Amino acid sequence: MSVRIALAGNPNSGKTTLFNALTGSNQFVGNWPGVTVEKKEGRLKGHKEVTIVDLPGIYSLSPYTLEEVVARRFLLEEKPDVILNIVDGTNLERNLYLSTQLLELGIPVVLAVNMLDLLEKSGDQVHIGKLKEKLGCEAVEISALKGNGVMKAAEKALSLAREKKAAPKPCPFQSRVEESLLRVQEELKGMVPEEQKRYFAIKLLERDEQIQKLLPRAVDAGGEIARLEEDMDDDTESIITNERYQYISSIMQDCCRKAARKDTLTLSDKIDKIVTNRILALPIFAVIMFLVYYVSVTTVGDWLTGWTNDTLFGEWIVPGVSSGLAAIHCADWLTSLVADGIVAGVGAVLGFVPQMLVLFLFLAVLESCGYMARVAFIMDRIFRKFGLSGKSFIPMLIGSGCGVPGIMASRTIESDRDRKMTIMTTTFVPCGAKLPIIALIAGAFFGNAGWVAWSAYFVGIAAIVCSGIILKKTRMFAGDPAPFVMELPAYHLPTPGNVLRSMWERGWSFIKKAGTVILLSSIVLWFLQGFGWVDGRFGMLEAEQLENSILAYIGNGIAWMFAPLGWTQGGEGWKMAVAAVTGLIAKENVVTTFGILFGYAEVAEDGAEIWTRLSAVMTGAAAYGFLVFNLLCAPCFAAMGAIKREMNNAKWFWFAIGYQCGLAYLVSLCIYQLGTWVTTGAFGPGTVIAILVVLGFFYLLLRPAREGSRRPAGMKMAAGGR
Amino acid sequence: MKTLKEVPAGQTATVRRLGGDGAVRRRIMDMGITKGVSVFVRKTAPLGDPIEVTVRGYELSLRKADAAMIEVG
Repeated sequence: MSVRIALAGNPNSGKTTLFNALTGSNQFVGNWPGVTVEKKEGRLKGHKEVTIVDLPGIYSLSPYTLEEVVARRFLLEEKPDVILNIVDGTNLERNLYLSTQLLELGIPVVLAVNMLDLLEKSGDQVHIGKLKEKLGCEAVEISALKGNGVMKAAEKALSLAREKKAAPKPCPFQSRVEESLLRVQEELKGMVPEEQKRYFAIKLLERDEQIQKLLPRAVDAGGEIARLEEDMDDDTESIITNERYQYISSIMQDCCRKAARKDTLTLSDKIDKIVTNRILALPIFAVIMFLVYYVSVTTVGDWLTGWTNDTLFGEWIVPGVSSGLAAIHCADWLTSLVADGIVAGVGAVLGFVPQMLVLFLFLAVLESCGYMARVAFIMDRIFRKFGLSGKSFIPMLIGSGCGVPGIMASRTIESDRDRKMTIMTTTFVPCGAKLPIIALIAGAFFGNAGWVAWSAYFVGIAAIVCSGIILKKTRMFAGDPAPFVMELPAYHLPTPGNVLRSMWERGWSFIKKAGTVILLSSIVLWFLQGFGWVDGRFGMLEAEQLENSILAYIGNGIAWMFAPLGWTQGGEGWKMAVAAVTGLIAKENVVTTFGILFGYAEVAEDGAEIWTRLSAVMTGAAAYGFLVFNLLCAPCFAAMGAIKREMNNAKWFWFAIGYQCGLAYLVSLCIYQLGTWVTTGAFGPGTVIAILVVLGFFYLLLRPAREGSRRPAGMKMAAGGR
Repeated sequence: MKTLKEVPAGQTATVRRLGGDGAVRRRIMDMGITKGVSVFVRKTAPLGDPIEVTVRGYELSLRKADAAMIEVG
């Protein structure tokens, strides 16, 4: 008989560790349908027929967060055979709050009380037998970390499921509340299964809007709610929460014996005293962030990526495959497809993996040791102004090295809205691959002036800040900011097994989900770039013949779109368009493409050879606009793949890409039009449009919202106002 | 009425009433800040917001704006 066990528990209760201990390597990671919440399933070790579903870490079954809704829906609609509820023994009171709700679902529950070994060190005691008796459900003492009692808990759950044990008795409330519940339950007669009645009744009393949808016809609990609130002088949601905590407090008195506290600080307290100290917190934060960046982006990560791209793929695999295919007299186009299209495309995916694994290793350590929560605690004040989370800092920092791991780092943000906003804006920070474009434009137009580079970062940051302010006022992001009521878990020493597993899971999900997008788009662009018409005949092109390619034709076709951006002087606008498009493979390609289009097979990284040619076809204003366009528009395919993976939703993916391209276009339009106006005094219809765009921008930025949005310092003014 | 926001770091206060509504309020209650519970204010974040409190034996952080909805006595 196949059995399904749902694993439920608070965040930081050791749930992931327990899940890993129960299932070993037998796991499938995916997403809950339609949302960005991760879903994990696994088979119980030694029991092929037993599936364990790891529910998201939650504190309650309220209807307000995505994780809670997902968990509720699963428990209610898919009715697992048994719930294995892991509770943190060192934090029993709050952990049992979720248990009181799980006990109402009409499903057998086994309580796995974790970390009691830690508790006993401090002298406190929890009496498991009494806990069992009071709660009326099975309870097992475990140590998920050491693996003690873990299988015993699972087997207990299994036997409950097999014996089809009746559901446990839910925790009782005081008589006045029970009366109301009984009356609502009467109303529910025949509408829901007997064992779920209490749950539905409680949710109806709590005015839970989502619960009505699950009922065959509307049930009006309004009268009952009004009477109960009148009698108890409080709102029903508070009444029920209070009842639960009161019940828990009464149990705690019987089951727990607290050692006499000698007001000594625990090790975790001592660490926290230093790490979030008023004066030391920011320096420590800066040092940790610098270390993460330095190792995962500039040193180890860069070496690994450089080695994978240049040596492994550049020198060994691609030439090896090419010569191998040449040796067997493969057709030229096929050789090129395999070597330059597919293998190079795969390389583009895999090239990021080593660097990403290094970063994920850090993130896993920061998360499991408890510092990540402190990052949010320290940075929240700044980031929440822009509709972002304090944890958005890390994606943006990493994004200045490479946007792909930056986007993937947004995983650590709990709030769905903050996460989406972070994913959309992270790539505005100039990444390493955009530096050659900056060098090219600075060298060709502005005498290598330093301000070009730092203004690029300023534009990036301004784009994030302004996007945050503008987007959080739109309907898609509207509503109250995500509540920042966050547990600061005790510091733990991370376990290597969990850290490595988390690193690998994230890396693998990038390869699997983002890989396909990157590979496909690389092949398509390879085709557009490598094929075209020479002397009226369609065929494969040499690299120098890029101007005959399909891509060049497309570039010619869409060049008019970029006329308002000033990319058209000398009829060479299509070159800019083509260069910008090839930047989708990797941003540094923009420079190489210019080189080829201006007749150089190879150029230096900053494209010094083509500086004079380039400055002849664009004005300074247009060139700066071109730079900004490339900084803000859709990132490379790899980053787009990461966005798609993280959004997990086609609509949001296209919205993100569309927003980025639209913003890039408008900003660069304003830079060119206003820049031209300021430098040459030429005033035309374009200038009027640009002024309107700027006005519209200020309207969107400054229109009323709950919080006063300061910072009108426009990115357009600062960037284009020379 | 005094709110949790006004309680200086290092002091303990007892929750009297919860203001606000919707998700934030429910979340605050779910995390154990309910009527009658005592809350110890540990510290303020380095940039002045949010604050860190100890409630029901664990550490919780919440913004000052939300703390202002919690009346204490």
